[in-house]
Amino acid sequence: MGKKTFETALKKLEEIVKQMESNALDLEDAVKKYETGIKEAKYCLDILDKTEKKISLLSVDNSGNLQEKPFKQ
Amino acid sequence: MVEENRQIYTVSNLTRKIKSLLEDNFPFIWITGEISNCSVPGSGHSYFTLKDNNAVISSVMFKNQKSRLKFNLENGIKIFGLARLSLYEPRGSYQLIFEHIEPEGAGATQLAYEQLKKRLADKGYFDDKYKKPIPFISSKVCIITSATGAAVQDIINIAQRRFSNSNLEIVSVKVQGHDSEKEIVNALELINEYQRSDLIILARGGGSLEDLASFNSELVANAVFYSKIPVITGIGHETDFTIADFVADLRAPTPSAAAELAFQDKNALKNKIFKLNENLKNLIKNKIFFLNNTVFDLKSRIKTPQIIIYDHRLRLEEYESRLHNNFLRYIKHKKEKLLYLTDVLNSLNHESILKRGYSITRFFKDKKVILNSDRIKKNDKLEIILSKGKLITKVEKING
Repeated sequence: MGKKTFETALKKLEEIVKQMESNALDLEDAVKKYETGIKEAKYCLDILDKTEKKISLLSVDNSGNLQEKPFKQ
Repeated sequence: MVEENRQIYTVSNLTRKIKSLLEDNFPFIWITGEISNCSVPGSGHSYFTLKDNNAVISSVMFKNQKSRLKFNLENGIKIFGLARLSLYEPRGSYQLIFEHIEPEGAGATQLAYEQLKKRLADKGYFDDKYKKPIPFISSKVCIITSATGAAVQDIINIAQRRFSNSNLEIVSVKVQGHDSEKEIVNALELINEYQRSDLIILARGGGSLEDLASFNSELVANAVFYSKIPVITGIGHETDFTIADFVADLRAPTPSAAAELAFQDKNALKNKIFKLNENLKNLIKNKIFFLNNTVFDLKSRIKTPQIIIYDHRLRLEEYESRLHNNFLRYIKHKKEKLLYLTDVLNSLNHESILKRGYSITRFFKDKKVILNSDRIKKNDKLEIILSKGKLITKVEKING
């Protein structure tokens, strides 16, 4: 299994819903899948909201250090 | 011819004379032709033959002059250029020494573009196997463009519209002019050095082929190719395909389109996840509801001892009633049979026969009925039963 990303989590969530729709799962499996699905959904939503809204301007000063300033539009 | 008058040249003399003739008459000339037999030895000078349909002239362009050309001298290119004619005495050969060359037709910039594109394509720079995947969601995106241009505004607007809490870093570069190429390369290297972002957008608004020159340079192409962070380009208009576009991991037709590719529509994604989440909840709820019903149904169908006893009682009663009915039927049947037999018997009764005038003869002694005269002797005592009354008689004669 690769690194967990938004994309893989979303795909997993979609798959779980599809599997549960097929109605072929027994109760134990269904509950397990349900719990995983809810976790994946939360993970996805967290990723969408976790980045900080920010626009900055990067530059290098005379001594070669990286400078970060807010970008004025 | 008179011997005293004849003038004898040395090889050097004649050569020098020809040289001055040639070089004085053709100090600088414009000439057109096609390059062939081109070679570049270690000196870096380009030696080639300029030809047309009927003639060829050896030619050279020295490294110094060559460095001012935007394109490479290659076989098959039709050129026109400024040259002087020179005779090289040690070899007795003349050649054109080019000061300046321009390609015929499309122009130097266009040719340089085509040549670089072909060279990089041959090196595999545009191959899909080198294209890095663009992250679906980037936690931080770095934009390389002019901080004062329209492109940066377009990108910011779209980024914020699609993904409200987008995190952007801008490295401002000149997007045209002399320093542009170097600044773009530096920016790409800076971002790769610090590795702060997941994705780079290299962008510039529209412009002429000359305006886009730095995006068609080999240095920028290299920097894009070697960037460890994936690069989306959005350069010029839809119809502009720069070298950087070909090298980039993903090419967008414009800066705005690059932003669309870099930033997902967050609300759409959220709606999708909410919907999936709801589906999931409903599905598990339905599943449990269904299983619950199944259990209730099964439970209701389980037989309690009372029900089992009741069932048995019902069956018992049924048997009982069947037994009773069968017995009655049996009796009735027997009764009918009896009546029938009585009738039959009645019809066979001897009295009715006697009534019709027949009589029964039997031995008086043992009351045995006589059907035959064989065993009867004379004087045997016989009894004759009539319809009414009996006769006692003696046998007088036996007729065999």
